[in-house]
Amino acid sequence: MASRSATSLFDPAIARRAAIEAFRKLNPRTLAKNPVIFVTEVVSLGVTILFLRDLITGNGEALFSGQIAAWLWFTVLFANFAEAVAEGRGKAQADAMRRTRSDTRAKRLVDHKHLDGAFEEVNALDLKVGDIVLVEPGDLIPSDGEVVAGIASVNESAITGESAPVIRESGGDRSAVTGGTMVLSDGIKVRVTAAAGSTFLDRMIALVEGAERQKTPNELALSILLSGLTIIFLIVCVSLWPVALYSGATLSVTVLVALLVCLIPTTIGGLLSAIGIAGMDRLIRFNVVATSGRAVEAAGDVDTLLLDKTGTITFGNRMPSEFIAVSGVPEQALAEAVLLSSLADETPEGRSIVALAKSRYGLTEMDLSQAGATIVPFTAQTRMSGIDLKGRSLRKGAVDSVLASVGLGDGGGPPDFRAAVDKIARTGGTPLAVAENQRLLGVVHLKDTVKPDIKERFAALRAMGIKTVMVTGDNPVTAAAIASEAGVDDFLAKATPEDKLAYIRKEQQGGRLIAMCGDGTNDAPALAQADVGVAMQTGTQAAREAGNMVDLDSDPTKLIEVVGIGKQLLMTRGSLTTFSIANDVAKYFAIIPALFLATYPELGALNVMGLHSPRSAILSAVIFNALIIIALIPLALKGVPYKPIGAAALLRRNLLLYGLGGIVVPFIGIKIIDLAVSTLHLA
Amino acid sequence: MTVLGWLQILLVLVAVVAAAIPLGRYIAKVMSGERTFMTPVIAPVERVFYALSGVDAKREQGWRSYTLAMLAFSAAGLFSLYALQRLQGYLPLNPQGFDGVDPALAFNSAVSFITNTNWQNYGGETTMSHLTQMAGLTVHNFVSAATGLAMAFALIRAFTRSEAKTIGNFWVDLTRGVLYLLLPLSIVLALVMVAGGIPQTLLASVEATTLEGAKQVISVGPVASQEAIKELGTNGGGFFNANSAHPFEGPSAWVVMLEAFSLLLVPVASVIAFGRLVGNWREGRSLLATMGIVLILGVTVLYAAETFGNPILTALGVDGAAGNLEGKELRFGQALTALFSVGTTGTSTGSVVAMHDSFTPLGGLVPLFNMLMGCITPGGVGAGIYGILVLAVITVFVAGLMVGRTPEYLGKKIETREMKLAMLAILIYPLLVLGFTGVSVMLKTGLDSLNNSGPHGLSEILYAFASTTANNGSAFGGLTGNTLWYNTTLGLAMFFGRFAYVVPVLALAGSVAVKRKAPASVGTFPTDGPLFVGLLLGIIVILYLLQYFPVLALGPIVEHFAMLAGKAY
Repeated sequence: MASRSATSLFDPAIARRAAIEAFRKLNPRTLAKNPVIFVTEVVSLGVTILFLRDLITGNGEALFSGQIAAWLWFTVLFANFAEAVAEGRGKAQADAMRRTRSDTRAKRLVDHKHLDGAFEEVNALDLKVGDIVLVEPGDLIPSDGEVVAGIASVNESAITGESAPVIRESGGDRSAVTGGTMVLSDGIKVRVTAAAGSTFLDRMIALVEGAERQKTPNELALSILLSGLTIIFLIVCVSLWPVALYSGATLSVTVLVALLVCLIPTTIGGLLSAIGIAGMDRLIRFNVVATSGRAVEAAGDVDTLLLDKTGTITFGNRMPSEFIAVSGVPEQALAEAVLLSSLADETPEGRSIVALAKSRYGLTEMDLSQAGATIVPFTAQTRMSGIDLKGRSLRKGAVDSVLASVGLGDGGGPPDFRAAVDKIARTGGTPLAVAENQRLLGVVHLKDTVKPDIKERFAALRAMGIKTVMVTGDNPVTAAAIASEAGVDDFLAKATPEDKLAYIRKEQQGGRLIAMCGDGTNDAPALAQADVGVAMQTGTQAAREAGNMVDLDSDPTKLIEVVGIGKQLLMTRGSLTTFSIANDVAKYFAIIPALFLATYPELGALNVMGLHSPRSAILSAVIFNALIIIALIPLALKGVPYKPIGAAALLRRNLLLYGLGGIVVPFIGIKIIDLAVSTLHLA
Repeated sequence: MTVLGWLQILLVLVAVVAAAIPLGRYIAKVMSGERTFMTPVIAPVERVFYALSGVDAKREQGWRSYTLAMLAFSAAGLFSLYALQRLQGYLPLNPQGFDGVDPALAFNSAVSFITNTNWQNYGGETTMSHLTQMAGLTVHNFVSAATGLAMAFALIRAFTRSEAKTIGNFWVDLTRGVLYLLLPLSIVLALVMVAGGIPQTLLASVEATTLEGAKQVISVGPVASQEAIKELGTNGGGFFNANSAHPFEGPSAWVVMLEAFSLLLVPVASVIAFGRLVGNWREGRSLLATMGIVLILGVTVLYAAETFGNPILTALGVDGAAGNLEGKELRFGQALTALFSVGTTGTSTGSVVAMHDSFTPLGGLVPLFNMLMGCITPGGVGAGIYGILVLAVITVFVAGLMVGRTPEYLGKKIETREMKLAMLAILIYPLLVLGFTGVSVMLKTGLDSLNNSGPHGLSEILYAFASTTANNGSAFGGLTGNTLWYNTTLGLAMFFGRFAYVVPVLALAGSVAVKRKAPASVGTFPTDGPLFVGLLLGIIVILYLLQYFPVLALGPIVEHFAMLAGKAY
């Protein structure tokens, strides 16, 4: 996979821009979308006014209220900064993409009925859907479209980051081209399918910039929890004033505000949108583009993965696993015959047979150009191929055809030969018979080779509670054999696109969420029906429109990682929420005794941290509350690491780390800050 | 603390669980309309009720019409009970010849009984006629409990169904709750209580001649019948002002043990019924374990605090070895008092066997905190289940995110709407408790009712609003509640504590019912094991501790430290 250049977490350029952006985000209209931070801003403003009053009246409170006000503003700014850094990382990528798009010229056919007609040069932005453009070597493709004539190799690195060129041709499943990519050789004519401003590149730019960002369902639900907690703590702080008065303590607005801001979940409130943006960003760095944040969340919830056999579970082509000689024929002789008969076979199967013969039997390739070699190519009629040389006639092919060529009927041949053929067919493989000069030598076992590490990956998925389903056009026998070898939970044999769609519907009826990937036009309905549909970048336009994610590397195995990224996004939110709420315990132990020490000296017993003075305690809690946001930005951007160890173990681990950690860390943090504050005589 | 004391406590708890298992099964059947061994006897009566009221028992309601039915029923109860109290002077069965009840007090008492709170700003034997007690208060003891039960099972049904538009029929749930469950249990219990020495008569009083030859008038009445449902329906409104501490309500230790057993019985059995209905008894077990742990912790703290005693009194020469016995009945002792007090506040019963006001500060903190948590351990009849389910929804949301999936509880995804409703319900408690407490301590009329000043006075006011908001009804004592200010505000706290809470809960039921039920997998956050119990406990403690820590610090907590320092307020 070609990964995008990794931006370091605090790239100085991004940090600088984010710092400026943090101030711009103070605009209350922007902040109102984030209730927790909005409340913080409002009360910061209040305390600032009090600070000014203290400064003018000179009542000796100014140092304290000034510092509190400053740290409250820092809390808001740090939250804004977190969001700006997350956005900034996306912007840096978007700028690079935008450069490829600006001032592209297009050669538009004057009359799009005549493909051979004249063309005129226009600005790419003036193209309309349905226009046909000519793209020649060295030209950028001006917009998304479909190749209507010609074949070309195209460099799509602007989109995928992968520099190896890909072939695009008219008709079939490789006809889609993307605006902003460059034609390297030959010329193609492309029908424009996207209007200016809504091309794939445009959408991608908007997406990485976070411009189209809307709160996702889960983010919304979490915001409600946070708003609810904010209201609860508002009630707590407001009602504390009369109760304190009853107890003989007059609380200043400054300390009540300090208490409020420490209690409301500013940590998660400040980092929430950064987490969401970073989640999308992680996916993009992974070369998968999601059309919405909702799709990323859905990925975390997936229960069933529908995986195409070919390319995902097995290598795309069949490979030989063994050569089985009939009795009386030495295995080495069979191997040599196989090697010779396959030398001219340029198909991947043929090449892999040669490779096996060489590696396992130590044979060497011979030069076919030497005298007397006649190549017998494969035809649909003979269903065999081979070679004639120096009186040797070697043939390899479908079992019945080879049997017929050696004068044996269907089902003939020695018993050990039959046994080998049957066994291969039973396990889902393909037997190829080999004969030399009318004599049957043996059989080659061709099989779909399961990718080496795939079984472990499916086991990991099972541990996450995700069911894997293999989809294949093979017959049920073959499918079952491969399914058991790869360790998938279920398979769909002889699958038509309708079968896929029906399977997805059935699973969804049972309340499960389905993810699948596909590339062909016939996959489009299923991609649209699935909760997470990943279309391959190399696929057709229809498939790319139907899915809610596009994989730029066109690697179907990535579906598994996409699920992990979705889970990571949700986990990061949950863990930081827990951390944020758990923090409040320590803050109470800092602030409550500080508020009432003068009235009830007995409450000094609650000052378990041994903080220096009431004021230093309150100030330290507020400072901790602001600094923890900055401290957690890296975690919010990188995400809480996800390990496929099952829900219970995962929960235990995160609970220990973020729940217990959330209780303990602030006790230590506030104590250290208090030491600093009292040493510097700030309070 | 003594071994014997703990044995007493354990005996009651074990008996509750043992009896709750079969009863839970029975409740599950009753609330899902299945046939039980009582069906042949009760079904004909049940049909008469439906026929008379024109209810089609087969037709279920959506959450909106279910809620409207519940509200209409409660409103009818409120007005009729208010009228009955005001008019009792003109009505029969009034041997003492009481006048109509004062308007503010009648409002307070009417709200109190329709909300299953049974906060009593009146002394029963000196205010209410026999008719009011029997046809008003006792009737509402049954139907307010059955209303709670109905709402709980509407919510449970919502969790068990998939893509359903309806959550049951309120009238059927109400009728079945009374006829199949509360009434038969009460009849049996009342008879046992009569055997235990609790009076059941229509006489107003008996006269006795004391040893000195003086004449003494002793109030009696139809006590046992009210006593049984008082505990079984987690009502708590005593016949007498002294409640179960009165010799005619709690004549002996074993009757009080029986009462503690009865008030825990139906809430615990309802949790078991929940487990059966959702098809996984472990789900019920994990909720029950959570409730049980809080309950036993509470008993331990209270028992320990009371036996530890009060160092100030010890310094004055009181025997410290006996612990704090102030305000307790010696025939019950500290162990039974601790169990009863924790049970009565962990459920929404609120009957008392001791003066909670006289507990040590930490001892008093336990019942107070029980109610601040909304009485969910194990909660009132019905109210406990829906209370803890709301908290489970919040717990699952926070924790479920940590396993990387959209949180789900019992196969239902917890999304924006569910969170909105759960938070709405949760919000109402601090708003009422802290809001009214804050205002009361600012007003002269609020402070005039206090017996004590300082931290203890604050505890008294806080306790009153916690008790009424959570529909518990137990009194700390020490606060004169029968004033215009408290009759009104406590009445409002009871009203909104019940209805502003349950409307979002029923909406939650509606929202959950229409969702498709997703099957559990290894990736699902498991809610039926110890991990969930720990989490739920954590969320409950943290959520409520954070809400009430400041005010508790100024009340019982500072009082505790002051007591250790030898200072009293």
